Amino acid sequence: MALVEVSGLKPFSETSGQIFGTRQTHLVDRTNHYSFGSSVREFAVPVGEEPSGFLTSCNKEGGVNIEMNHGTTTLAFKFRHGVIVAVDSRASAGRYLASNDVNKVIEINPYLLGTMSGSAADCQYWERLLAKECRLYRLRNNHRISVAAASKLLCNMMLGYKGMGLSVGSMICGWDKEGPGLYYVDENGNRLSGRMFSTGCGNSYAYGVVDSGYREDMTVEEAYELGRRGIAHATHRDAYSGGVVNMYHMKEDGWIKVCKEDVSELIHRYREGMF
Amino acid sequence: MLSAQGFGGPGKMKEYHYAGAVENRFSPYAFNGGTVLAVAGEDFAIVASDTRLSEGYSIHSRDSPKCYKLTDTTVIGCSGFHGDCLTLTKIIDARLKMYKHSNNKTMTSGAIAAMLSTILYSRRFFPYYVYNIIGGLDEEGKGAVYSFDPVGSYQRDTYKAGGSASAMLQPLLDNQIGFKNMEGVQHLPLTQEKAVQLVKDVFISAAERDVYTGDALRVCVITKDGINEQTIPLRKD
Repeated sequence: MALVEVSGLKPFSETSGQIFGTRQTHLVDRTNHYSFGSSVREFAVPVGEEPSGFLTSCNKEGGVNIEMNHGTTTLAFKFRHGVIVAVDSRASAGRYLASNDVNKVIEINPYLLGTMSGSAADCQYWERLLAKECRLYRLRNNHRISVAAASKLLCNMMLGYKGMGLSVGSMICGWDKEGPGLYYVDENGNRLSGRMFSTGCGNSYAYGVVDSGYREDMTVEEAYELGRRGIAHATHRDAYSGGVVNMYHMKEDGWIKVCKEDVSELIHRYREGMF
Repeated sequence: MLSAQGFGGPGKMKEYHYAGAVENRFSPYAFNGGTVLAVAGEDFAIVASDTRLSEGYSIHSRDSPKCYKLTDTTVIGCSGFHGDCLTLTKIIDARLKMYKHSNNKTMTSGAIAAMLSTILYSRRFFPYYVYNIIGGLDEEGKGAVYSFDPVGSYQRDTYKAGGSASAMLQPLLDNQIGFKNMEGVQHLPLTQEKAVQLVKDVFISAAERDVYTGDALRVCVITKDGINEQTIPLRKD
């Protein structure tokens, strides 16, 4: 029955299988494409090969060149008036720039945001799955999921595939009963709660800028400017970040999208003060 | 195809010199070339591809277009490894039929794009070596283009080039359709005639400089009146 599946109730035969240790996810050589909607997730793996090294061996000299979209700078910090989330918008595939206007923030619900850095497909897929789980939680329990629980769900998804070559560096930001929440989750299963994080290959530049300008009692406008500067300066120095700055502000009554500004224009504006 | 490490080309062995231990393994992938392009307009979409199927130094076929019609309002262009392109389009066709039977409506372009993303990701650890671009009309009748990477990351664009000559075509489209790097130019909306002419010109340029692109160009123009296909000859050398 559809309702039984949506509400997550499992018939006894399936639960007893789990108690005796069968895996929730199956790795097969060929996926069954026609079982969409099933709770068991299937991934195809190359036969007799270790998945994380497989693509690198295919990409060797003389072979094919399979490149996946990568690269970013994202940052988020908590302050008195909520959480600021700022991301760039570049996706690179090897040395080729696949796109300069990717959306790296997923709007899970009006009180939860997720950022994406690392492999674009991994982030998009797992965070969409997280959004689905958050929605199901809301329907089953009649209250919104907490930021801690949402980040834990994502962390456990990552741990299920640890060592297989996923690349996800995500920040889950939200406002729940405990107040503003900010968690960093990555593909190794690290899950950290903190006041400020920056991820991606440009993160060191963003840390430098935000660390030097951060005060807990900033005004909202100062916080916006700090987030903008952090991303703009990181894109200026990191080849794999660029495009536009997408900025969100998580407040008590939900998030708002603050701006979407081209980094070259921002750097132009800052140039007066730079030299 | 056997991995090319021990061979210097078709019918020749590499000159012998001591190179240490060499591992010759079977590669499940091959690169069959081809370029695909999609452009979205106000009330139309264009998906175009060349028709050359190559492998290494050989051309297998001069008449193998890479655009596949999915529904009356959606066309997909797939380039990369031809075997994976065929299987992927078969799977998409089957899923479209299943959707039609269970939901009594045709899948919209956005839904097909989301579905393709999960199909590609289910092969995250053994990817389909295909670069996909979907072109079609969205629910409001506006042109839509969705571009993918081999493992399913996707986004909606106005124009996108994929395949072997993509790095040559994309900057030209950025300039002509996106008006990038042009100053003091009026941003006129793209008409259907201008778009088709631009696509033809762009492929002629690609055929000049990319060995895997050429022979003929298949253009599919998608409007609310249906899908119109044209074939234009390109350089055969």
